[in-house]
Amino acid sequence: MEGWVALYIFMLAAFTGIEIIARVPAILHTPLMSGSNFIHGIVLVGAMVILGMATTTAEIVVGFIAVFLAAGNVVGGYVVTDRMLEMFKSSGQKKEE
Amino acid sequence: MISVLDFLVPAAYFIAAVMFIYGLKAMSSPVTARSGMIWSGVAMAVAILVTFVHPEVKGNYALMVIAIVIGGAGAWVTARRVAMTDMPQMIALYNGMGGGAAAAIAGVELLKRGSGEVQMDTVTVVLAVLGGIIGAVAFSGSLIAFAKLQGWLKKSWRFSGQQVINLGVFIATLALGVFLIIGEASPTVLLAFFGLALVVGVLMTVPIGGADMPVVISLYNALTGLAVGFEGYVLQNPAMMIAGIVVGAAGSLLTQLMARSMNRSLGNVLFAGFGKADEDGPGLEVSGEMRSIDATDASIQLAYAEKVVIVPGYGLAVAQAQHKIWELVELLQSRGVKVSFAIHPVAGRMPGHMNVLLAEAGVPYDLIFDLEDINAQFPTTDVALVIGANDVVNPAARKDTSSPIYGMPILDVDKARNCIVVKRGQGTGFSGIENLLFFEDNTRMLYGDAQKVAQALIAGIKSLG
Repeated sequence: MEGWVALYIFMLAAFTGIEIIARVPAILHTPLMSGSNFIHGIVLVGAMVILGMATTTAEIVVGFIAVFLAAGNVVGGYVVTDRMLEMFKSSGQKKEE
Repeated sequence: MISVLDFLVPAAYFIAAVMFIYGLKAMSSPVTARSGMIWSGVAMAVAILVTFVHPEVKGNYALMVIAIVIGGAGAWVTARRVAMTDMPQMIALYNGMGGGAAAAIAGVELLKRGSGEVQMDTVTVVLAVLGGIIGAVAFSGSLIAFAKLQGWLKKSWRFSGQQVINLGVFIATLALGVFLIIGEASPTVLLAFFGLALVVGVLMTVPIGGADMPVVISLYNALTGLAVGFEGYVLQNPAMMIAGIVVGAAGSLLTQLMARSMNRSLGNVLFAGFGKADEDGPGLEVSGEMRSIDATDASIQLAYAEKVVIVPGYGLAVAQAQHKIWELVELLQSRGVKVSFAIHPVAGRMPGHMNVLLAEAGVPYDLIFDLEDINAQFPTTDVALVIGANDVVNPAARKDTSSPIYGMPILDVDKARNCIVVKRGQGTGFSGIENLLFFEDNTRMLYGDAQKVAQALIAGIKSLG
């Protein structure tokens, strides 16, 4: 990929991120931080590619650590966020149950 | 076969990127938040599965599965078990792991470049090095933040010349980074580079007090996003680039919002110790005395009030009192008392931390109000019940220009007709700032653990019949 194309992607992604979070009520700040924490768990994909291409011992060891850490990021991020969001109910929703 | 995969893998990453953005967008409203998380979860699953057939992945499948299972299972168990009150440090921990992974990717790529296995153009190597520093700083910094909030690390180390040393280490790290880019990248230089970057994260985080940790965790979350985005470019993976930078940008904005609601700049949080203003002058003279109230009198006040506003703070989280408080509120509601909750943007240890705890206890979110929405209500409130909150209700923020929290928006509980403060002891709170509220004529102190106090209030109200 050419550097300029990457720069355009970075720029558009940055605006998207700011737009998404700009009008969020304070009540959702913690779940949203936790949710975005989960989303950067996509680093697992990169870690898997690194480990999949690794040939020397050093590469394999560091690649293994990368996959291990990233998997923790993905699973932990998801479970924590899900547990938080599980709790959000309005009084209307409660009465229906 | 290969050509099918050449199309399938990027297509799956593209769909994942779309679903991440859609999911994050859905998370910005309480109604759709859960479905947003499911979208993001599906996107992640698709991206991970398709990576097993990624054209560049040639082997080590068993190791890959083992690492995913160990890391995933460990995180699953800890994330399931942790109490809601300890959520902030868990976010820090999982975030740190992501940062560490990004740094490890940079390490392997730079190692390969050093051995001549891969060629990188200037942009790629610069982004690899930058992502490496940022990821390593987010990793060690998040771990320190975790240790602090977990109570493993109690002290905030500060010594004279600290900032000079920090700056020195940071510059040395950058210098090694530049050397990696323009010079020969031997494994030794790489090790020194990552070692120093880890030290930067530690040095940056140890002087910061627990009250500021939410801002710092949010900052490291944004940094990890940035590192992931940069390493995404190195690996030519647009899904990583987009997801990483979206999180980096959203996280930066969130960090600023959080710092602003504490009336401080990010630089102030990172580089200045709290409570520094104390040295500048004697401050406003504290007049009057603290008056205490017992649980029986307090329950009478609450039971015969028309309108009660509850202000929860970290003390409520520590005492795990959210369930008892909700029981108390339901009891008051059954007597016809109008009860609402007022949440300061930085109450607890994270923005929205209190909302999550109250939600856990089953408090409907339409009883919970933000600072801007509730402040006008206090003059017509009979009883403002402050539970384990301190700085966020300190009128010094309005009255005392020499106070370090002067100018911070606060909940105006002192304007309520009566104010009852539930507090464990007489000392100053987390920030060490004297709270003028406690000396007001309409304030009564109710000493004790929040959960026990709530229990006593429930018993007291029930005995009224």
